[in-house]
Amino acid sequence: MSEHYDLLIVGAGPAGMAAALAAAPSGARIALLDDNPVPGGQIWRDGPGAHLPPLARRLRDGLERHAIPVWSGTRVVAAAGPQALLLEDPTRGWRVRYDRLILCTGARERLLPFPGWTLPGVTGAGGLQALIKGGLPVAGERLVIAGSGPLLLASAATARAAGAHLLRIAEQAPLAALARFTAGLPRWPGKALQAARLFDHRYRAGSHVLEALGDDRLEGVRLWQDGSTVELACERLACGFGLVPNTQLAEALECALRDDAVAVDDWQATSRPHHYAAGECTGFGGSELALVEGAIAGHAAVGEQTQARRLFPRRQRWQRFADALARDFALDPRLKTLARPDTLVCRCEDVPYAALAGRDGWTDAKLVSRCGMGACQGRICGGAARVLFGWTPPAPRPPLSPARIETLLCLEDEA
Amino acid sequence: MIDVHLDGRPLRVAPGTTVAAALCLGGDGSSRTSVGGQRRAPFCGMGVCQECRVEIDGQRRLACQTLCQPGMRVETRP
Ligand SMILES: Cc1cc2nc3c(=O)[nH]c(=O)nc-3n(C[C@H](O)[C@H](O)[C@H](O)COP(=O)(O)OP(=O)(O)OC[C@H]3O[C@@H](n4cnc5c(N)ncnc54)[C@H](O)[C@@H]3O)c2cc1C
Ligand code: FES
Repeated sequence: MSEHYDLLIVGAGPAGMAAALAAAPSGARIALLDDNPVPGGQIWRDGPGAHLPPLARRLRDGLERHAIPVWSGTRVVAAAGPQALLLEDPTRGWRVRYDRLILCTGARERLLPFPGWTLPGVTGAGGLQALIKGGLPVAGERLVIAGSGPLLLASAATARAAGAHLLRIAEQAPLAALARFTAGLPRWPGKALQAARLFDHRYRAGSHVLEALGDDRLEGVRLWQDGSTVELACERLACGFGLVPNTQLAEALECALRDDAVAVDDWQATSRPHHYAAGECTGFGGSELALVEGAIAGHAAVGEQTQARRLFPRRQRWQRFADALARDFALDPRLKTLARPDTLVCRCEDVPYAALAGRDGWTDAKLVSRCGMGACQGRICGGAARVLFGWTPPAPRPPLSPARIETLLCLEDEA
Repeated sequence: MIDVHLDGRPLRVAPGTTVAAALCLGGDGSSRTSVGGQRRAPFCGMGVCQECRVEIDGQRRLACQTLCQPGMRVETRP
């Protein structure tokens, strides 16, 4: 038997929670699902090493008050019919039908290959922050953070609060771009405060990682800094190069993309009727934009156009902030040249750069190597190949994440 | 506190600790061996890269998206 909901929301980050709470008073039957163990998304990730702000608690309490089911630890395996999804959690696989769907699948970090990036001790920048919130011990460890975007600062703040010894934050964007970005911040007062708190004297603009050093695990890092090369001994290197929208599920549901993000109209509606999208899967913009987009989608999905429209000005304001972010933290083309011929690009199948360079695109690369065919299904190497070679990542194929046979059999049952 | 087993050794962790964190608290932090024979550790921290996959009570799971539960048996070298 499959369950039915008026409104199903995928992703319980700021966008998904705001969507659910906006739609709840309408009386619609709503369910929210997320693959993480607790709701909150990337920014409000709970755990022994996390400190949740009051807003996050309010949203979570709101979900409880409205008795909206939140299926945590649940992933989408496949589309299972015209308006149905196949889901799996650690104990069961099941099929859910819906009238309306809102995709709030957020974004993931852009992770680029460089020599040594597979060594234990090297993580994403937001990745390290997430791991620390989950209880990863970093007290007393020497840490270098490198890459691009405000997330580096957020990650640094979490790591330092957890007792890490922060040596350097290497931001690839040039000083001039950063100056322009910070000069624009007073237009978003809350953000200005956040930035002031986050800024750190170990921060260097126009600086990037060259190589992670070590044999079996990370022992140090070589950086490009102030026009020359420096080496720092460290136990941890956290590298993230901005964010990439999670569009796999939207693509599997045949929603159109624009600029590598889910394309939406003013109502946050996608190209496919009854399917909406909000938050960072529609483009990088931070939690404030995600919240207001989520609320608009929630209202629109239950037919409350007037309430949705009232939120348009707020969305526009945060969209300008997002545009400034995208402009001022644009990636330096030099980052395409970090990988050496033997540097692995596909971490799942251990495919080196040399096996991919000179190929015509994904299909050609796959013919000669197993690139993108491993467990992550091209999510890491696909994002990298997009930057390195300009290749468009392959359209995802079901199952969207590795699934148990019992779960896949549900598809047969319903067919 | 929660008692788990990591590669056969007992380990006590705080409630809410992910298995990814436990790998570091009770071992060298690594989670799997790559097809080329390198040890790997959790990398993206958010359920994307699959580097953190381990065997938990006989099932392949992502360490970064799994919370430690009493009695759990985690294997990084199945
Ligand atoms: C690693 C990381 C750390 C970040 N840290 C900060 C920070 O400290 N401060 C800050 O201002 N911003 C941070 N950001 C930016 C952050 O993404 C936004 O501020 C905000 O969280 C976006 O909200 P969202 O609801 O759009 O998406 P998210 O918060 O990303 O929520 C999306 C949720 O959907 C889940 N999901 C995705 N696909 C599926 C699927 N197929 N099935 C089930 N569940 C799915 C995800 O696991 C996630 O929980 C971070 C981003 C990343 C990637
Ligand atoms: S660390 Fe990447 S999936 Fe768990």
